[in-house]
Amino acid sequence: MSVETPERTGPTGPNTQPLLSLRGIQKSFGAVHVLRGVDLDVRPGRVTALVGDNGAGKSTLIKGIAGIHPFDEGDYSFDGRPVKVHGPKDSSALGIEVVYQDLALCDNLDVVHNMFLGREITKGGLVDEDTMEKRARETLDGLSVRTLASVRTHVAALSGGQRQTVAIARSVLWNSKVVILDEPTAALGVAQTEQVLKLVRRLADRGLGVVLISHNLNDVFEVADDIAILYLGAMVGQVETADYTREQIVTAITTGQLPAKTGGAA
Amino acid sequence: MSTATDPTTTENWHPEDEAPNTIGGIFSAYVARLRGGDVGSLPAVLGLVVLFAVFSILRPDTFPTAYNIGNLLGQSAGIVVLAMGLIFVLLLGEIDLGAGFTGGVSAGAMGIVLSRHGWPVFPSIIVGLLVGAVIGLFIGVLVSRLGIPSFVVTLATFLGLQGVLLKQTGAGGTIPLQNDFIIKLNNGNVAVWLGWVLAVVIVVAYVVGTFLSMSRRRSAGLTAESTLQWALKAGTVTVVVLAVTFYLSRERGPHPALKSIKGLPISLLIMVGLLLILSFALARTTWGRHVYAVGGNAEAARRAGINVPMIKLSCFVVASVLAAVAGILLASRTNSVSPTTGGGTTLLYAVGAAVIGGTSLFGGKGRIIDALIGGIVVKVIDNGMGLLDQDQGTVWMVTGVVLLLAASVDAISRRRASSSGRV
Repeated sequence: MSVETPERTGPTGPNTQPLLSLRGIQKSFGAVHVLRGVDLDVRPGRVTALVGDNGAGKSTLIKGIAGIHPFDEGDYSFDGRPVKVHGPKDSSALGIEVVYQDLALCDNLDVVHNMFLGREITKGGLVDEDTMEKRARETLDGLSVRTLASVRTHVAALSGGQRQTVAIARSVLWNSKVVILDEPTAALGVAQTEQVLKLVRRLADRGLGVVLISHNLNDVFEVADDIAILYLGAMVGQVETADYTREQIVTAITTGQLPAKTGGAA
Repeated sequence: MSTATDPTTTENWHPEDEAPNTIGGIFSAYVARLRGGDVGSLPAVLGLVVLFAVFSILRPDTFPTAYNIGNLLGQSAGIVVLAMGLIFVLLLGEIDLGAGFTGGVSAGAMGIVLSRHGWPVFPSIIVGLLVGAVIGLFIGVLVSRLGIPSFVVTLATFLGLQGVLLKQTGAGGTIPLQNDFIIKLNNGNVAVWLGWVLAVVIVVAYVVGTFLSMSRRRSAGLTAESTLQWALKAGTVTVVVLAVTFYLSRERGPHPALKSIKGLPISLLIMVGLLLILSFALARTTWGRHVYAVGGNAEAARRAGINVPMIKLSCFVVASVLAAVAGILLASRTNSVSPTTGGGTTLLYAVGAAVIGGTSLFGGKGRIIDALIGGIVVKVIDNGMGLLDQDQGTVWMVTGVVLLLAASVDAISRRRASSSGRV
């Protein structure tokens, strides 16, 4: 297994030390105050769902984490150490990968080239196809991806779920510790959604911290260990999935008020 | 794949990684590829075969003679090399309308220092290539840094460089090229023995190289073509290269007693040399991969950390330097630089050649060999129709129809691809 994701053996419960921790995050675009003191913890081995209505600030939050639009204020710490993230290079150096909704794949290139896009392995100045193909294959096998027939297929010939799989596999190829997925199931059918959600679960089981942005509470309740609810730029709360019902989460998303926990899983 | 992993476990066995190893299997894999929208150079190769057959039947005494084929290659050289350069720009989804006159002006600059200032030949050629590079840099900066559409920028260079060329030559005048080396570039032939040596080296390098690569990949458990696929490809390359060499190594002059003409044309060697170098650059360097990536999805390339403006800039420079080479070949053919060198239909023929060969104007799809095949198709029409005593009007109409056919094949394959759910 050459996928360099450290297997974490420690407990990955709600009190594990977070990999990624945000405290009091503020972000404005001109006069618009988008994020107002947001806290978020992403723990290894857990899927954290980030939910909220349109305009709640989910995209701004992940763009801030990725360094595309750095935060104005607040503490950003990674693996317990405070860090400064000013650009996408900083976040990927920490091991944070974002899979955007549009996937950013090149249709005219095959799976291997897409997975190594911009970070090609070279040998003697030339592209080392053999090593890249081998590592791509191993990564996909390591994630138990069975849906992809050949790693030399052009992405143009892949289905939506397969593309999502390639984009996710690309994000774990680089020794990443936190993977942020932006609406990975938004455009998928039932069977493909199921496959992608299983893949999301496997990422967490390998010890990565996973952030799942989704509008679909079915998906959230299926894979997420905890749910962070944003409401108009403020964090309503980050709660254990098992402690709340679907209706209570909907209430929190729409009103910004978190009902008392019931302990009943949906 | 199955050679490396234990075939009894299906754990990591990927059946579609297996290459077809029967003639029928190869054929159906190919049909599947066509259905997937990947037609490649097939229409152009078929077109070339049909055109050769038609003209050979209609003019058996003149068209298929070695003399005419040698001539045809020389006539094609300028268009082919220009199209090779354009492919770099077309791969990005951009265009260079002024490339023909970039070649004319570069050849003009070379001619001026060579003939009017008496410079030695190699520095003169360097001057020509540098002029091409500077023009490419200029276009590339305007397109990639200022964001002006390449259509507009190169429409301007098309007009402007036409003017520069007119100034270089003087109204109605020409710049004569009285240098043996320059004239031989697109009129001369190499010695017969040298042609054979080069042909054998290419064949052996291809056959052995592809075989070693196939064996290495197979033993490493990677996707590899089957031995039969390799044998078919290697056999085709061997037959084509040796047949062309054999055909052109015989005496082909119309008056052998006065002037002997035999051996591979130097222009053919230039085309093949550029084909090998440029294909290698596109396929095996990270720069080449990034060119395809930018053409396929510039935003994805940017997010992957690829310097998109720099890739664009470099492609315009490469295209213009190759345009300069094309200009020098065109000037060599006519022994002079005139106000129409690189003008007229040159640029449009070159774009047509790339498209007929299988390069897409939408970017991301194309190979250097498209220029060679497409360029020869365009010139076979020109040459064959000329031998049929057809006037220029008919030639252009037929060329137009062939170009439309090629574009239709591309469009239909795209539609098929999208209707079968493969964007």
